[in-house]
Amino acid sequence: MSFGLILLIIIVLIGAFLVSLFNSLVGLRNRVKNAWAQIDVQLKRRHDLIPNLVETVKGYVSHERETLESVTNARTRAMGAGTVGDKSKAEADLSGALGRLMVVVENYPTLKANENFLALQEELTSTENKIAFARQSYNDAVLFFNNKIQMFPSNLIATMFNFAASEFFLVEDASEKAAPQVSFKK
Amino acid sequence: MLWELIHQNRRKSLALFVGMAFLLSALGYFVGLYFDPDNGGYVGLAAAIGLWIILTLISVTSGDEILLKVSRAQEVTRDVHPRLFNVVEEMKIAAGAPAMPKIYIIDDPSPNAFAIGLKPEKSAIAVTAGLASQLNRDELQGVVAHEMSHIVNRDTQLMTTAGIMLGSIVLISHFFLRSMWLGPGSSRRYRKSDSGGGGGQVQLVLIAVAVVLAILAPIFARLLYLAISRKREYLADATAAQLTRYPDGLASALEKIGSSGLPLESANKVTAPMYIVNPFAEKGAALAALTSTHPPIEERVRILRGMAGFADYRSYQRAYAKVKGKSTAIIPPSGIRQGKQLEVRGPSTEPEPARDKTTTTRDTMDLMRAVNGYAFLVCACGLKMKLPPELATPTVTCPKCGRDNRVPAAELAAIGMVVGAATGAGVIPGAGIVPGQAQAASQAPATAATPYEYTRKGTSWESFSCGCGNLLQLSPAFQGSAITCKLCGKTTVIKQ
Repeated sequence: MSFGLILLIIIVLIGAFLVSLFNSLVGLRNRVKNAWAQIDVQLKRRHDLIPNLVETVKGYVSHERETLESVTNARTRAMGAGTVGDKSKAEADLSGALGRLMVVVENYPTLKANENFLALQEELTSTENKIAFARQSYNDAVLFFNNKIQMFPSNLIATMFNFAASEFFLVEDASEKAAPQVSFKK
Repeated sequence: MLWELIHQNRRKSLALFVGMAFLLSALGYFVGLYFDPDNGGYVGLAAAIGLWIILTLISVTSGDEILLKVSRAQEVTRDVHPRLFNVVEEMKIAAGAPAMPKIYIIDDPSPNAFAIGLKPEKSAIAVTAGLASQLNRDELQGVVAHEMSHIVNRDTQLMTTAGIMLGSIVLISHFFLRSMWLGPGSSRRYRKSDSGGGGGQVQLVLIAVAVVLAILAPIFARLLYLAISRKREYLADATAAQLTRYPDGLASALEKIGSSGLPLESANKVTAPMYIVNPFAEKGAALAALTSTHPPIEERVRILRGMAGFADYRSYQRAYAKVKGKSTAIIPPSGIRQGKQLEVRGPSTEPEPARDKTTTTRDTMDLMRAVNGYAFLVCACGLKMKLPPELATPTVTCPKCGRDNRVPAAELAAIGMVVGAATGAGVIPGAGIVPGQAQAASQAPATAATPYEYTRKGTSWESFSCGCGNLLQLSPAFQGSAITCKLCGKTTVIKQ
């Protein structure tokens, strides 16, 4: 085996390794983007569920108009929010309004026993969970991606091809952190 | 993401694949030699390789379906059990899986679950009716997270491959051993007339080797299957804890499953390793622990509960070391390296309905009926009637109060049931529910088109329940011919 051949093989192997590093960085970055999109999907789903909920509850809790209206208004604002900061504040407000509605609902046992309402409540709980998990998944993806960018040896490739670290989706509002779950106790 | 585990599983799947090929070939060669000492070896080899190719094709295209059919699992749509669907979707998001797995329910009251699939894009989760009805939301989430971890970590790839291959080896050995007992003279049939004397001794050796292989092959295959199962169960538990951020959910689910005591009827030795809890588990048998495909439940529960308020991999590693008493690294480096300590979230606060044995049994039976295409009709007296899929009559008499209830054909057709002459042609596959249009799990969806009917019994106060569960009341002064439910908008025609 000539020296040249060995050198060639080594270069090819190193090249393959570098390519695989680059590909894994791309894969992780796409994962981050996908997770971010997923959060939006779940937020939209929550927006779609709310009119149905308001209609169902209206039949029973007719003299709790302000609570229902605050939910509807919060929803409108959340759907119209533009920047990320606005969005996250509007969604936090919506979560709060929903939580208050659920507290009110507790006083209406016939509503609580209604099959339609129970199914809707299940959907809402699930959507809140999905929003939480989508955020969680996004943060996990960001952690993994940032680790890979900053650790050796992939950081060399990262700087070479301008892979930038992503930001975590931090919960800024304390109230947001406290009341993401739609729930009621017996 | 436990990258080491994923790569390891991929490599092991490949190795298993190739290794089984060699094992099958050797088996085939020697079995063939047994039948025909001159050329049989090569015939046997060719047959074995041909069999291996067929098996590969089958397992790649429909391996999942075979395993699911063997376990008596049926695919379900969202309206059969919305909570299960939602929980699987939540876990799919949390795990970052590329696609939703298909969801199956197994017709069995014993709680258990498994996941299969050759790749995460094309996978399935099966859950028994017993599990779906007996567990609360956190526990169900824990179990589904565990199964999802198997899918994402590519354990299911390994398991499905092994399951098909193992099954085939068992088949060949059975066939060979049976033919040996039943037909001791069969070797003479193909024997050429000129072998004898020295040839006879060689033949004896060959027979001995063939027999030994046939007996040992299934044992080896099964040992291989076992050796790779136990560690992965721990890793799936750890991943599930991190995904849900709530290890107590999985812990209490495991406790419930372990203490149920009901045997899982459709499990056999080949499919047993796939389940979350060993379906053949007997408490306290040490030998069972050695040969079992699953680590003992109590140990898994203790580790999970010992995670002390944290849900990340490092905490699992610590709890594992504490319980097992040794410092073996169960979590591969990529899990440990991930860094931050993740705090446990609070338990989900959904209302817990009364869970006595009657309710649970009734829920399980209803779920199994729903899976098998039964429809539910609530009579005005409150009795929930279960209509079999083949029902042909337009009305059903309530066994409790005697009222004739009209069977709402259009609604039932919408959820996939044929009812008598009303719809005619065959069963329509159940339509999924569009998110946002939440429907009651076991009620036919309410449409404004087909009105219910109610026949008045007299002229005093009467009440009956609308299809959506709302109670409608008729006063003595009521003169109208129809009443509209405020909640769902359905019109019920009042007949005198």
